Amino acid sequence: MMDELRELYQEVILDHGKNPRNFRHPDDANREAKGENPMCGDRFMVYLKLKDGVVEDVAFQGRGCAISTASASMMTEVVKGKTEAEAKALFETFHDLCTKDDHDHGDHGPVDEDAMERLMVLSGVRQFPVRVKCATLAWHAMNAAIEGEDKASSE
Amino acid sequence: MDTQITLPTFDVERVRADFPILSRTVHERKGKPGKPLVYLDSAASAQKPRQVIDAMTRFLEEDYSNIHRGVHFLSQTATDQFEEARRKVARFLNAPSERNIVFTRSATEAVNLVAHSYGRTFLSEGDEIIVSVMEHHANIVPWQLLQMDKGIRIRVVPVDEHGVLDLNAYEDLLSDRTKLVAMTHCSNVLGTVTPAKLIARMAHERGVPVLFDGSQAAVHGVVDVQDIDADFYIMTGHKLYGPTGTGVLYGKYDLLKKMPPYQGGGDMIESVSFEGTTFKAPPARFEAGTPAITEVIGLGVALDYMESLGREAIAAHEHDLLQYATQQLSQIDGLRVYGTAPGKGPIISFTLEGVHPHDLGTIVDQYGVAVRVGRHCAEPLMERFGVGATARASFALYNTRAEADALVESVIAVKEFFGA
Repeated sequence: MMDELRELYQEVILDHGKNPRNFRHPDDANREAKGENPMCGDRFMVYLKLKDGVVEDVAFQGRGCAISTASASMMTEVVKGKTEAEAKALFETFHDLCTKDDHDHGDHGPVDEDAMERLMVLSGVRQFPVRVKCATLAWHAMNAAIEGEDKASSE
Repeated sequence: MDTQITLPTFDVERVRADFPILSRTVHERKGKPGKPLVYLDSAASAQKPRQVIDAMTRFLEEDYSNIHRGVHFLSQTATDQFEEARRKVARFLNAPSERNIVFTRSATEAVNLVAHSYGRTFLSEGDEIIVSVMEHHANIVPWQLLQMDKGIRIRVVPVDEHGVLDLNAYEDLLSDRTKLVAMTHCSNVLGTVTPAKLIARMAHERGVPVLFDGSQAAVHGVVDVQDIDADFYIMTGHKLYGPTGTGVLYGKYDLLKKMPPYQGGGDMIESVSFEGTTFKAPPARFEAGTPAITEVIGLGVALDYMESLGREAIAAHEHDLLQYATQQLSQIDGLRVYGTAPGKGPIISFTLEGVHPHDLGTIVDQYGVAVRVGRHCAEPLMERFGVGATARASFALYNTRAEADALVESVIAVKEFFGA
């Protein structure tokens, strides 16, 4: 199997893709937003429980490819417990990770470095431009939910 | 009686030599050779033979000019070649005359032309249009725009689990309210070929005109619009081994004649004044503005190319590939084919249990195998079969059994990769 594929589909991604974490609809969610990729049919709902500016719970449901499912799953793990500002900084930094070379990454304020290190496994999508939307789909929905929108705006 | 039908021999290797792109490799990387291209996405767009590429280059280098306008030498030469392409299209569809052939930019524009011109003129609130659940979005959304505008209703003929059109349901849907049937002649997802002649006859018994979307059907079989008795028939050049920017609308002349223009502009008018403008007769009436001159001429050459190989021979070759590939793919555990209608076209939509089609597409691509993944611009059909997406391998006149094998091997690799 080619190295590029191994880099894209790392074990962690295959694991999250098959057994997504926080794959549920929390009863006490007070925000939700849809993320949809009309190209491939991936469709996620991201649910947030926001209290006093903190993401107390975050979960998702829907269907998608291994990359989008793994990315959604990992998103729920790293965003939980963050303030709105921290979650948005993670979104922006992660977006750069998927789309830009290292030296072009912007400064999006203080960001959880440990979380970013875990998310590094998804940076393989940079070599597969058509898959970037897969990796960022649930993140856009999460960001939209924080903004109070009901769906992620299409890029 | 001693009659024996012998099909012309189909030398696929010689055919492949006509398509320069097929000799390229993909995914070359530092020091590592690339993979030979296995192009199984011709239902999205077909590759072009050298004959088409050369004809367009030659036209641009030697004869190019605007058409229908000038008195000068080149304009006349270009006009002659453009109009010759119209005659070729007419022959290809067995249309009674080249007057029946309108050039558009795409099949999509051709459907929009009918929806806009015929639909807005002859349909009103409460009228119904019958489509099938297999339609490409291009044969759904133009009618929905008409629906928003005129308050018409769209009725949908279902398919069974094999993807066969439910003719009983079709018969039940036909009523006094039906004002148009707009139906695919071959599904771009399932490969199902619909019984066009019967569909038309049933509609005509109620005086209802029928439009067929032949974007796929015209590629894989012989289409005779007079035998079908189609009122409108649509196809697209880029799937017929011709260039992009070329769509075709065939229309019965008495229908075209009573339809108002779709777009206004140059080349479609008799005379223009601010007191009132008069329009040319069809097909010119529907061809406002400078058309894709070079591309239409290229399309004519593409149709010549198909005729030179023999359209029955092409269909037989593709049918062999379809059967072989279906048989080989079906041996993979967990692989499901969508669309098993008898007599279907060479299109195989499938899913692999435990693997999303998008992941499958990315991985087989690393092996050089180009397939389409996703919803194929046919979302209602995806819903019908309860899948978010499928992978689709489509076969064309230049594909080989070895390429079907390459597809199967790459799908097996996907399966191993995901442990599915």
